Amino acid sequence: MKDELLEIGKKAKEEIEKISNLEGLNNLRVKYLGKRGEITSILRGISNVEPQKRPEIGAIANQIRAEIEELIEKKTKALKEEEKNKRMLEETIDVTLPGKRCAFGNKHPLTKILEEIQSIFLGLGFSVAEGPEVETDYYNFEALNLPKDHPARDMQDTFFINSEVLLRTHTSPVQVRVMEKAYPELPVKIICPGKVYRRDDDATHSPMFTQVEGLAVDKRITFSDLKGTLSKFVQIMFGEKTKVRFRPSFFPFTEPSAEVDISCVICAGKGCRVCGNTGWLEILGAGMVHPKVLEMSGYNPEEAAGFAFGMGVERIAMLKYGIDDLRLFYDNDLRFLKQF
Amino acid sequence: MKVSYNWLREFVDIELSPFELADKLTMFGIAVENVKYLGENIDNVVVGKILSINCHPNADKLVICQVTADGKNRLQIVTGATNISEGDIVPVALDGAKLPNGVTIKKAKLRGEVSNGMLCSGEELGIERGMLPDDQQHGIMTLPSDTELGIDIKRYLHFDDYVLDLDLTPNRGDCLSVVGVAREVAALLGKKIKTPEIVLEEDNSADINDFIDVDIQSKDLCYRYACRLIKGVKIGKSPMWMQQRLIAAGIRPINNVVDVTNYVMLELGQPLHAFDYKKLSGSKIIVRNACDDEKIVTLDGVERSLTEDMLLICDAKSPVAVAGVMGGLHSEVSDETVDILIESACFNAINIRRTSKKLNLRSESSIRFEKGVDVTGCAKAADRAAELIQKLAGGSLAKGIVDRYVKKYEEKVLVLRPSRVEHILGVSIEKQDMKGILSSLEFKVEDEDGNLKVTVPSFRHDVTMEIDLIEEIARAYSYDKIPETLIYGITTHGSLNQKQKLISEIKNILVGCGLTEVITYGFIDPNTFDKMNIPSDSKLRDVLKLQNPLSEEQSVMRTVLVPNLLEVAQRNHNRSVHDVAIFEIGRVFYKTDDVLPDERTVLAVVLSGRVEKTWNEPLYEYDFYHLKGIIEVLFEKIGLKDLYFEKHSDPSFHPGRTCSLNLRGKMVGVLGELHPDVLENYKLPYRAVACKIDLSSLFDMKIKTPKYKKLPKFPPVERDLAVVVEKGVASQELINSVRKAGGRILKSAYVFDVYSGEQVPDGYKSIAFKLIFQADDRTLTDKEISKKVDQILNALEKGFKAKLRG
Repeated sequence: MKDELLEIGKKAKEEIEKISNLEGLNNLRVKYLGKRGEITSILRGISNVEPQKRPEIGAIANQIRAEIEELIEKKTKALKEEEKNKRMLEETIDVTLPGKRCAFGNKHPLTKILEEIQSIFLGLGFSVAEGPEVETDYYNFEALNLPKDHPARDMQDTFFINSEVLLRTHTSPVQVRVMEKAYPELPVKIICPGKVYRRDDDATHSPMFTQVEGLAVDKRITFSDLKGTLSKFVQIMFGEKTKVRFRPSFFPFTEPSAEVDISCVICAGKGCRVCGNTGWLEILGAGMVHPKVLEMSGYNPEEAAGFAFGMGVERIAMLKYGIDDLRLFYDNDLRFLKQF
Repeated sequence: MKVSYNWLREFVDIELSPFELADKLTMFGIAVENVKYLGENIDNVVVGKILSINCHPNADKLVICQVTADGKNRLQIVTGATNISEGDIVPVALDGAKLPNGVTIKKAKLRGEVSNGMLCSGEELGIERGMLPDDQQHGIMTLPSDTELGIDIKRYLHFDDYVLDLDLTPNRGDCLSVVGVAREVAALLGKKIKTPEIVLEEDNSADINDFIDVDIQSKDLCYRYACRLIKGVKIGKSPMWMQQRLIAAGIRPINNVVDVTNYVMLELGQPLHAFDYKKLSGSKIIVRNACDDEKIVTLDGVERSLTEDMLLICDAKSPVAVAGVMGGLHSEVSDETVDILIESACFNAINIRRTSKKLNLRSESSIRFEKGVDVTGCAKAADRAAELIQKLAGGSLAKGIVDRYVKKYEEKVLVLRPSRVEHILGVSIEKQDMKGILSSLEFKVEDEDGNLKVTVPSFRHDVTMEIDLIEEIARAYSYDKIPETLIYGITTHGSLNQKQKLISEIKNILVGCGLTEVITYGFIDPNTFDKMNIPSDSKLRDVLKLQNPLSEEQSVMRTVLVPNLLEVAQRNHNRSVHDVAIFEIGRVFYKTDDVLPDERTVLAVVLSGRVEKTWNEPLYEYDFYHLKGIIEVLFEKIGLKDLYFEKHSDPSFHPGRTCSLNLRGKMVGVLGELHPDVLENYKLPYRAVACKIDLSSLFDMKIKTPKYKKLPKFPPVERDLAVVVEKGVASQELINSVRKAGGRILKSAYVFDVYSGEQVPDGYKSIAFKLIFQADDRTLTDKEISKKVDQILNALEKGFKAKLRG
């Protein structure tokens, strides 16, 4: 009986070894280990074995059974693994085919730049203010120290609705509106983004464009604060290495006034076509709020001082994205808009 | 203002190169846009003489010239020019010559005949358009017969000079002259400006007062009127050096007298006018306002109709010049003129500006007057002109000057507080240095009680307040030397208001929904309303009109935004971009009874065209439900979940495919497919769906902060329910009824299928709902749910004659 058992064990091992599918393996399990399996049937004859040998036979039978079980277990695992690998191989896809795209749009590049500018100034403690696009002559010019017949009015060719109402030519009127409302509170720190209009339409001018105005008024604000604030802005916007230059200039609503240039972002100041070989790009106009403007807005220029600045958003977007044609912004060609 | 470098050097010693000077001036507040070397790229062009001109054997339009460039050797040159004669002195570009247009001249054969060079036109020598008579500009330039042969044309043309192109700010009218710029240069370099003495030779036998009488009637508009009389002049060309300086400044040379008046204007900033004295009637100059509709023909040959606010210079009979703007044709200096009256006056700046604007006539003179000229300098300018005319045109200068000086210049004295300078600039500057700076700019400075008493020079009209002096100090001290600091004071916190936050959120959501943002002009074409089918009595047609639009297409302020997006769609379709899914947030302008319109912020969305098929997605065309889905998501995400839609009609939209958007009992927008007529008007090849929302009406709405609800503990149970109803029944009404009947345990109900066709009678549709039941406090029983479903079905039967679909 012992030999029979050993024989079965050997045969079972060989068969399990050979089998190559899970179904066959299951048949082998039934064949050897099932209720009517070979080991069980042999053990049925155990009554014919001498009692003192029975434990030994029993032990051998159990051992063989355990061995077969283990083999089947192992083989099952191996076959399952094999089958899985095979399935996966069959399931191979062309991973280079494009994915299922969820439609995603784009913000207008000017919005993106505006948001960037906005976040820099929010961080510096400025809030965002707005004003009307259709504005009175008073706010657009007079309250900004540009009385009627002032030659500086020629700097901005204006669209008129009537003699007193016009399309704002700059975002500066918002300065005055904000100060009038805030008086006598201090400090006032705002930026005002918005559309402005000038009667100009050619390769480098659009009759509508976007500006951001900035204003900071407090008891003691100086020209050096203006320099510091704008330098900080430029370095965040264009990178730490960007150099800033303040050049004396003239705006009726600020004094002293400055044009702010940055070192050319294309050639890093060496001189190229974009900067007209000067190494500098003009990006901002700025200055100390003119005492008359403070006065007209309600503040006493002896007790309050401030700076103001204004920049063209298109200009900054063009420099940042390398856009060479201003008109693209309002042409709204989707092939352009989708690049940002 | 363009200014010659050599001319500047007559007034101040400059050791810097023109380029270095330009950089320094720019940082000093006198921006130099560019510096141009006049002789740039002119090489090997000399003065030559045409000895003979013969026909070309092989070409009708060419001639063969024998030319000498040194008086000895002959050169054959073939030319097509027609304005030359034998004996002419002309510029000759020799073999290997370079011209400013980049051309290099080479010896060549032209139709079989050797040509050793080229005769040059003004244009080919880089002289700007309009500066020479046409035949000199486009034809060969002919030079005076006494010009030395063989000399470099650059020497003859005085091209060994640089021109600084200044971009002057409007406050610096004083720099519209060489002397004005020289003053700045002197201050910048710490030098003194030179003032050459004017030497006049007067004819004591003729007193000017015997020849002319000046009567200023409009004393508020004319502050000073001075004149000089020169008799017996010989009109001719002015010398090349003078012509060159005028040309470099952009002024066309005319004749020696007119050129002198322009030259002195450029030099001193005082506009002058020369009259042909004999044409003046009655030996009289009257300065008076025009009569309404009075006429004068100006130098440019145009008859001008005047108004009574304009100032005229008249003789005893009629107007002879529009004061400060342009002289009259009748008394113009011509080749026959022999006696010259030079006018040097000072007029009211605002009046000149208005007149020039009204007449749409700007001149070098009006540009200077409207910025204010130095009233103290009139007589000197008249003298300087007399000196030069005598030198260039001969004649005898009548003794004396007529000088009606009716509004005497009053010195401006300002007080500058040194502490104030620091207060504004944020840098401490020594009082001594402030004095130095102001003195160098020709301000007179005295100490007074710790402050500075500053007298402004007569030419600086722009300096009227203490702050103006601070600016002068800042720019001369140098902006570069002012430190950079950050604002010191109360910490402020920068933030966006609810409106700004909402707009930014809406943009983010729409972009996430696949829409691209566009930005369009605020003005539109008035025919937009027709194109949009908007009825003639609609309030939307009550637009703000621009008085001076660039074109009819951009002449009214928009009251609608969707059409701009349709134009964008059309433009893109034309460029074969057919997948157009765009939005804009912008303002529309409604007229009000107030001075200013009501500017409302609106959102417009347009979807049109198709998303092309891909390997795993079918071709897709935008439709109503696509857009509706986006709008549903949008309102849900911004926290306005109570938005509801109702059938709506709007003339721009398809009558069967349009709904209104409503919130809290208020209509806030319209969504739908555009009317076929509108699609046709915009030439859109595909259907388009659009939505317009008045965002301004949302800005004040309370948006609730989301409140957390406990997650359900008990399982949900799903049931499907399909009913058949008449086609016209709105699903929303069915859903409302389902929800009402379903009560609290009906957690959600939505349409998952709509079907009509086989098995559903004509005129009916089958609508299938997914119902999800769930209770907060228990597991629902089958019986309970079946009862609810029956109740729902009953409600649908009762309300809509719905039948359970078998």
